[in-house]
Amino acid sequence: MNRKSKVSRRERSEFLWGWMFLLPTMAGLIILNIIPIFQTIYQSFFKTGAFGKGNVFIGFDNYGQLFSDGAVWQALWNTCKYAVVEVPFSIAIALVLAVFLNGKIRGRSIWRTIYFLPMVAAPAAVAMVWRWLYNSEFGLLNHLLRGIGLSGVNWISNPNIAFISVAIVGIWSVIGYNMVLFFAGLQEIPRDYYEAAQIDGANGINQFFTITLPLISPTMFFVTVTRVIGAMQVFDSIYMMMGRSNPALVKTQSLVYLFYKYSFIEGNKGYGSSIVMLLLMVILLITMIQMICQKKWVNYS
Amino acid sequence: MDKSRKIKSAIVYFILTIGSVIMLVPFLWMVLTAFKSTSEATQMNPFIIFPTVWRKEAFLSIISKMNFLRLYWNTLMLIVERVICAVLTATMAGYAFGRLHFKGKNLAFSLVLFQMMVPSQIFIIPQYLMVSKLGMLNTSFGLLFPGLVTAFGTFLLRQAYMGLPSSLEEAARLDGCNIGQTFLYVMAPLTKSSMVALGIFTALFGFKELMWPLVVNTEQNTMPLSAALAKLQGQFETNYPELMAASLLACIPMIIIYLIFQKQFIEGIATSGGKL
Repeated sequence: MNRKSKVSRRERSEFLWGWMFLLPTMAGLIILNIIPIFQTIYQSFFKTGAFGKGNVFIGFDNYGQLFSDGAVWQALWNTCKYAVVEVPFSIAIALVLAVFLNGKIRGRSIWRTIYFLPMVAAPAAVAMVWRWLYNSEFGLLNHLLRGIGLSGVNWISNPNIAFISVAIVGIWSVIGYNMVLFFAGLQEIPRDYYEAAQIDGANGINQFFTITLPLISPTMFFVTVTRVIGAMQVFDSIYMMMGRSNPALVKTQSLVYLFYKYSFIEGNKGYGSSIVMLLLMVILLITMIQMICQKKWVNYS
Repeated sequence: MDKSRKIKSAIVYFILTIGSVIMLVPFLWMVLTAFKSTSEATQMNPFIIFPTVWRKEAFLSIISKMNFLRLYWNTLMLIVERVICAVLTATMAGYAFGRLHFKGKNLAFSLVLFQMMVPSQIFIIPQYLMVSKLGMLNTSFGLLFPGLVTAFGTFLLRQAYMGLPSSLEEAARLDGCNIGQTFLYVMAPLTKSSMVALGIFTALFGFKELMWPLVVNTEQNTMPLSAALAKLQGQFETNYPELMAASLLACIPMIIIYLIFQKQFIEGIATSGGKL
């Protein structure tokens, strides 16, 4: 009897303390995140007029407009193209660098510091300096190209090249971040595996494919999923690098860029909301596909 | 055997060096351009790499157009407020999720996970409307608003608490500590490294955030650095020495902090992993 009341007193106190500790976070999450999700869904059924006109309920018209809006499909395509360039390159390069740094190497912390440096720069500053490097007349890159006898490239005004130029900035910015995550994963692989493989006569490249790659695959999966989600939300570099009058803008603007433009420049928050709903669906779909596919290649053991 | 190993390591150093040059050149070009005159920066024949004279005109002129002290202060406030809110709320919630057993915990935790899976743009319009209704546009609170709590940080701290041994908790309980005291004196101090990681993560991404500041704080004297730089480009599109001077001034404080605390930065990012 006595013991039972002690247990339930303990339970009661855990319940009270638990919810007291959760209170700020849960209240915040509900107000800042959960309610806004429903508000965004709700808003996507309205047409937002200019200031003061208020909301007009228009049912699925925003979605109808969305599906027939060529600019939205182009933006979705642009976003996917960006992700298809940025994600594999940033991951492959970062993995190779992490493997190098995990080996016997001098000045490991100096290399790491250098490769991580772009991560601590403001994206607006990064975009500006790259825009200057890409400048077709006075930019350093075209100067170097002309120096070796090639003709300059219109890095950010040629619609066929601009998305790659933006993706290069994305890769450059995020390599250090991916590298740090891979490096942490590599450190967990026991050294004896490599020693045993060496005795068996496996060379470095063999070891990479038979030991490193399978054992790093959980980290690889995590980085891939988060990088794809990040790439699908690309905004900063496009907003900063592509001027409003840039002829290549149509072929590079991302879904989030369109969302920003419609919601906050043109003030049509209803249509902006429907674009962000499309983004949500696309991200959920891609993430789900990745979750299903992981069984084929991710090695948890 | 020995010779081939030497060649291999030479190749590794070569690739690392090339890569480092690619990482550093944009920063160097930022510095070099900032100290040039406009005509030097856009002169092609001959192409000028190092400024003939290291001029400070671009800096003086950009400082006269942008109130950098104000911008540094706004950014610092944003970072400090966000770090305090994130670490405080996530530490408490992380402890409840990681160590306590009570009704409703799993439902609450599923909301945390749900928030982490949803792209953050979905919150922006309603958050903007809330701040606007509160009359808090162009205030420091407006900038802080989405960072009052953190689902990601809660998750991170929960993982940290789950990794602690339960013997400590039991010992504290036998000594007569209640749950609050156990948390405050025994458990929370043990998650210090995760708190530091969360703090660094929050500070870095608060500093880098662009869309939210562009939306809520449109007045010059309440903006953080990131938004001010973005506005600048529209105004003086072609004055590259000034744009580079502004970029340099915006990046320098964080770069210095990073160089001093680079070990904590990199370990913090490695442990928090996290999402962008």
